[in-house]
Amino acid sequence: MPHRLHLGVFFTGVGPQLLWTAPDFAEHTHIDTFIATAKTLERGLFDAFFLGEGLRVRENRGRVYDLDVAGRPDAITQLAALAAETERIGLVATQNTTYNFPADLARRLASLDLVSGGRAGWNIVTTDNAWTGENFRHGGWLPHERRYERAAQFVEAAKALWAGDRVERHTDLVGLSAAPTVPASPQGRPVLFQAGDSAGGRDLAARHADVVFSANTDYDKAVEYAADLRKRLAEYGRSPDSLRILPGASVVLGDTPAEAAEKAAWIQREQTTGPRAIAFLEQYWGKDLSGYDPDGPLPDIEPADGELDPSRGTIPIHLRTGKLERVAEWRRLSADRGLSIRDLVIEVNPRHNSFVGTPGDIADEWERYVRTRAVDGFNILPQELPGTIEDIVDKLVPELQERGIYRTGYEGHTLREHLDLS
Amino acid sequence: MHFALEIDGSGAGSPPATAIGLGAAQAAEAAGFALVTLADSPLPPPGGGGRVEAGVRAAFLARRTGRIGLAPTLHVTTTEPFHLATQLASLDHASLGRAGWVVGAENSEAALATVGAQPLGEDELRREVADVIDVARQLWDSWEDDAVIREHATGRFLDPDRVHHVNFTGARFSVTGPLITPRPPQGQVVVLGADTLGVTGRLDIALIAAPDLDEVAERARQARADGAPLVFAELDVLLGEDQLDALTPWGPPRRLRHTGSAGELRTLLDRLEGLVDGVRFHPAVLSIDLPRLAATLGARPGAGRTLRETLGLPRPVNQFAAAR
Repeated sequence: MPHRLHLGVFFTGVGPQLLWTAPDFAEHTHIDTFIATAKTLERGLFDAFFLGEGLRVRENRGRVYDLDVAGRPDAITQLAALAAETERIGLVATQNTTYNFPADLARRLASLDLVSGGRAGWNIVTTDNAWTGENFRHGGWLPHERRYERAAQFVEAAKALWAGDRVERHTDLVGLSAAPTVPASPQGRPVLFQAGDSAGGRDLAARHADVVFSANTDYDKAVEYAADLRKRLAEYGRSPDSLRILPGASVVLGDTPAEAAEKAAWIQREQTTGPRAIAFLEQYWGKDLSGYDPDGPLPDIEPADGELDPSRGTIPIHLRTGKLERVAEWRRLSADRGLSIRDLVIEVNPRHNSFVGTPGDIADEWERYVRTRAVDGFNILPQELPGTIEDIVDKLVPELQERGIYRTGYEGHTLREHLDLS
Repeated sequence: MHFALEIDGSGAGSPPATAIGLGAAQAAEAAGFALVTLADSPLPPPGGGGRVEAGVRAAFLARRTGRIGLAPTLHVTTTEPFHLATQLASLDHASLGRAGWVVGAENSEAALATVGAQPLGEDELRREVADVIDVARQLWDSWEDDAVIREHATGRFLDPDRVHHVNFTGARFSVTGPLITPRPPQGQVVVLGADTLGVTGRLDIALIAAPDLDEVAERARQARADGAPLVFAELDVLLGEDQLDALTPWGPPRRLRHTGSAGELRTLLDRLEGLVDGVRFHPAVLSIDLPRLAATLGARPGAGRTLRETLGLPRPVNQFAAAR
């Protein structure tokens, strides 16, 4: 069988990616929006519908951040409701190993798996900031370098419970004594997804994950990433085919390449509005910059001392330090090229529309990715609801099917079957 | 009178099955019950078999029913309070305002060991139950109803003055908030709990489990005095002489128990009518007793759109909006 493309949609439900200003913006926390989205994806024969997780509402300078879409449901609860409304599509919950109890989470995930008839997945994530921890019993207890250590012990405990074994584990990172309570689903246990791109995250994926949700969409990076992961798989005695690689990607379709490019540029400007550009700089400056014109030059005042705080969402490791050098670099860049605040933010904080073109062009590109096994598919981040998803299902999916790289009907019933995992 | 039905497993007198309870919930809805409750435990059922987590069952049932309230048991001792509040708010959104919460206070050594903890002392437990209810109620109010403004002119999606930190500090945990989920459609999820938890004033419905009518009457009076808006009696029910052997696993009564004819049940309900606002039934064998119970109770008044409407409970004013 030729390698086929697997598609998911990653519904983060918050953040600047999703354009709430679009005229047809669907009320993003209403259950009907989730149901309609999942049903459209099922019509498009998608492997899975993913829900994101964020355990604290984002802030800017100590206040709830007001410019982005915010508010979302508990993922497992929402997916259990969707299990009652759908037949085939996989239902994947992003859930944190830092701020959950292993037996409790394992039980809830197994329950979702059972009520959905074997369609559940768990996207395993970790949190290392104390700011998020302020909502939990444990607080910010776990040092950054030990998050994946706890995650591995957590996942091992969950897997043992799902295998029907009693678990007794008492380490400095995980403590439980628990017995399984939920019978196995038709797919045995939930499919495990892993999204971290750090060495610790890749290692966790190679040991435990069935699917990785990577950030490497660019072709050369994707090839390099796949090679690295397959090497790690071999170290754990796993076959190269035992893991699916589905990088996150955004898609902008147009009837002509020019139309698609124009739409992509519009999306980028909408995602970085003037107020958002100011708020982005405020995160670095640590000061009120609301008096500055986003279409004018960079602020002439100096940033406050101290590094970034995580209140706008998790900050990648490479941005956690070196704030002042970064600001100095931006000043040079904006002076050299005459960039306004908003231009600069679009330049330095690009929200890549990874695939922009006609449905035929993108299908050709994806065919190359999947035939060379650079990826096994994509996990799509929609910018417009329901627009992005309807366009993909109605226009891109038929092109993929014509090229023989996408299913024309569901063959299996479980998520594991959809992903061709044995 | 309002009627509630416990639908965990296959009935109070037999080991819980793995069923989601779909048939029972739909039958209860058709029979006009105000709500179903779903018992739960982090431990495997004592008689063997398995059990689906109650919040997951309730969310699934939310989309296969249209009028009936859905109240899973979530235990304050074995969950993160923040997750508990989020799950219940999400259930209320998914059911368009039909969520309830039966406050669980599982405190056995085995149950607490599943989260690596030890049982709490009596006072500690009472305080923990109170803290978790308080923080859940604050978190449900942490988004005001009109927090999402979608103001195109300023680019503001929400009004940050209407989304609040709760800054809750309890005896054993603290939560900053706000909730990640907007305010539930009912404003506050309907909170049910036993009067013996020692938090009656924090409940919407106090559940009285007493083996005789006099004690029910006395404790109902006390629960009202303590501030419970509604009081329900707990009632084991086994209808018909043909299945008396289902009694065996029941053991001695911990709550009112009716075994026998439908006519006598009606008499009992008439007597309860003056004492309590409702009854929660625990059928011995759901598949047998539920149809008989439905026939006995007859057609019930049509339900409201939300569980609060059905129960005649007002939609609470948001505590943060009121303070602003």
